[in-house]
Amino acid sequence: MFAAFFHRAVLQAISLLFGCTGEILTEKSGNLNLGIPGIMYVGGISGVIGGFLYENSLESKDDANWFLAIFIPLICCLIGSLIMGLIYCFLTTTLRANQNVTGLALTTFGVGIGKYFGGVLIKLVHADVPSVTVSTTSNFYKASLPIAQDLGWFGEMFFGYGFLAYTAIIIAVIAAVFLKRTRPGLNLRAVGENPATADAAGISVTKYKYLATCIGSMIAGMGGLYYVMNNASGVWSNNGLDNIGWLAIALVIFTVWKPNFAILGAFLFGALSIAPYYLSLYEIVDINLRTKPFFDMLPYIVTVIVLIFNSLRKKRETQPPEALGLSYFREDR
Amino acid sequence: MDKAKTKSAREPLFHIVKRTDIPFWKAWIIRICAVLAALVVCGIIIVLLTGKNPFEMYKFMWDGSFKTERKFWKMIQDLAMLLCIALAVTPAFKMRFWNIGAEGQVLIGGLGAAICMKLLGDDGAQLSNELLLPITILTAVVFGAVWGVIPSIFKANWNTNETLFTLMMNYIAIQIIAYFTFIWSSGSNTVGKLNAQSHAGWLQLPKEIDKSGYLLNILIVVGLTVLMFLYLRYSKQGYEISVVGESVNTARYIGINVKKVVIRTMLISGALCGIAGLLLVAGTDQSITAETAGGRGYTAIMVSWLAKFNPFYMILTAFIVVFLQRGADELQTQTDRIINADFADILIAIIIFFIIGCEFFINYSIKFRSHKKKEVEA
Repeated sequence: MFAAFFHRAVLQAISLLFGCTGEILTEKSGNLNLGIPGIMYVGGISGVIGGFLYENSLESKDDANWFLAIFIPLICCLIGSLIMGLIYCFLTTTLRANQNVTGLALTTFGVGIGKYFGGVLIKLVHADVPSVTVSTTSNFYKASLPIAQDLGWFGEMFFGYGFLAYTAIIIAVIAAVFLKRTRPGLNLRAVGENPATADAAGISVTKYKYLATCIGSMIAGMGGLYYVMNNASGVWSNNGLDNIGWLAIALVIFTVWKPNFAILGAFLFGALSIAPYYLSLYEIVDINLRTKPFFDMLPYIVTVIVLIFNSLRKKRETQPPEALGLSYFREDR
Repeated sequence: MDKAKTKSAREPLFHIVKRTDIPFWKAWIIRICAVLAALVVCGIIIVLLTGKNPFEMYKFMWDGSFKTERKFWKMIQDLAMLLCIALAVTPAFKMRFWNIGAEGQVLIGGLGAAICMKLLGDDGAQLSNELLLPITILTAVVFGAVWGVIPSIFKANWNTNETLFTLMMNYIAIQIIAYFTFIWSSGSNTVGKLNAQSHAGWLQLPKEIDKSGYLLNILIVVGLTVLMFLYLRYSKQGYEISVVGESVNTARYIGINVKKVVIRTMLISGALCGIAGLLLVAGTDQSITAETAGGRGYTAIMVSWLAKFNPFYMILTAFIVVFLQRGADELQTQTDRIINADFADILIAIIIFFIIGCEFFINYSIKFRSHKKKEVEA
């Protein structure tokens, strides 16, 4: 029972982890990108479009080549989310537009793109249900190592996931090491804390902001791809991702801008999101539609409490980057 | 000579200078150019997707707002609602308090109204309308104000990040609404019309005066627009808001109690969101769902920002947004669903990108390097 619970919690957590790691990188450069839900939508739909085109180009579904089936959606997803990151960066860094407004517009844009093209695909397949399915591609994404079955509960808990899940954890670990132990990571943090000082020290603020935001949004976009391919089994039904996007932003606060905490934090949020189901399954607490909303709001309440707690404590390590949300102009006083 | 040459070679092609003295008409020309450029881009996208004449498509979009009287009233009603929420977020934004929690504040305000209609209306105490309406209005305002003021108290006292705080409050509000819609709908998850028989607590003018049912909402919002303009422009509090927004240190220096201003402004902002919720629940839908605010809380921020926090410009910016939304709805029927309602979001976002991008050319000027001058110096 615990193994099954753990397994499902991890499945829920991975999209959040992608989104959270991406947003941490972005925020460390001083860009508060509220466009994460939009980026996830674009990442997801680009992957689905890629998978859809690939599947339809095949004569029969059995010819699918595992490399192409994984590679094409992944590249589409990365390109889609890169474009979103570039739009955001161009507006906020080069044109110095307000970050909150740009981020919200980016979310509107991304959600619009996701739902619009989702609608077009659904129309193309003439399905009875309002969704489009790329199950062949999704199966490649979901494939886990064969030893997972042989190892019983241990295999289920640690080896039973598609490759993207491990990618997410590796990316989070790399991001943590990058931010803490390397010189470019230090520079990036300097840009987010005080861009004027970083500029004076010879660090190219624009370059760092662009790189961090674009890479960050590509990582976040993969969260969208993971959600569609692994959690939804390749079914795109035009919803579910905005919730995850905002939760990922919440998670950034919850994990105090540390990608290594994000792994644990994402797992906790994932566990919280499926806890009601398991609690009622084993009749520990009666969860019905009446009490479910209160469980659903738990992650947000926990985040608010962490936010308040951190601001009360005023500990330096747990504060947001000093220049978060501000655009930098060298000639400003 | 060599030295001068290398020096001038390193000089960047252009550099950017802040400007504050751009003439009013020039700024507007830039904005209009941006909107035109955005429309061209949107037109190109429409052609690529549908292969039809973009002018024809824009004409269909025009029909979406103006073809029939009913469509016109619906458009004005949507415009009024969006404008109302935009007005609500304006004081806070002008103060540089990034309140993106309007969605939640509207929902909670609407919930306040719905609770009154439910408990004191047909199924409950059956109060008379004269008594019920003031109570409903007051509850909605108080609910919205309380929901809005919570983050501001923490911001004022402990500098808690308000963007993230208000964002989280939205989702808590949505879940609270989900709870109430469940218990009121006895399981089906849709609350029908509240007080459908007696119309108790419905914020509408009699049918003889107003056929569409939206007139009262619209009049209230018009009133609020004028009041908000006067408040921001001519009142002492409005002045304090703009000083705090420009520089907190200046505000402290001239003796403004920043804490008080922050909390007071968010009270007003939240209360106005509560009114918006009231108008949506009691005036428009006579029902409540988690979709009552329908993303307007986020769109309103862009509307307010694009209008530079001027309530009268907001009518224009809100109109652009609503026009596109209604237009995309119309296109949906005209293009065999190749264009669907979500397409409006893409168009709105493109136009917003262009408008916020063009602000750069208003606030900064690009100075190209002139060769001649350098030679003289050398």
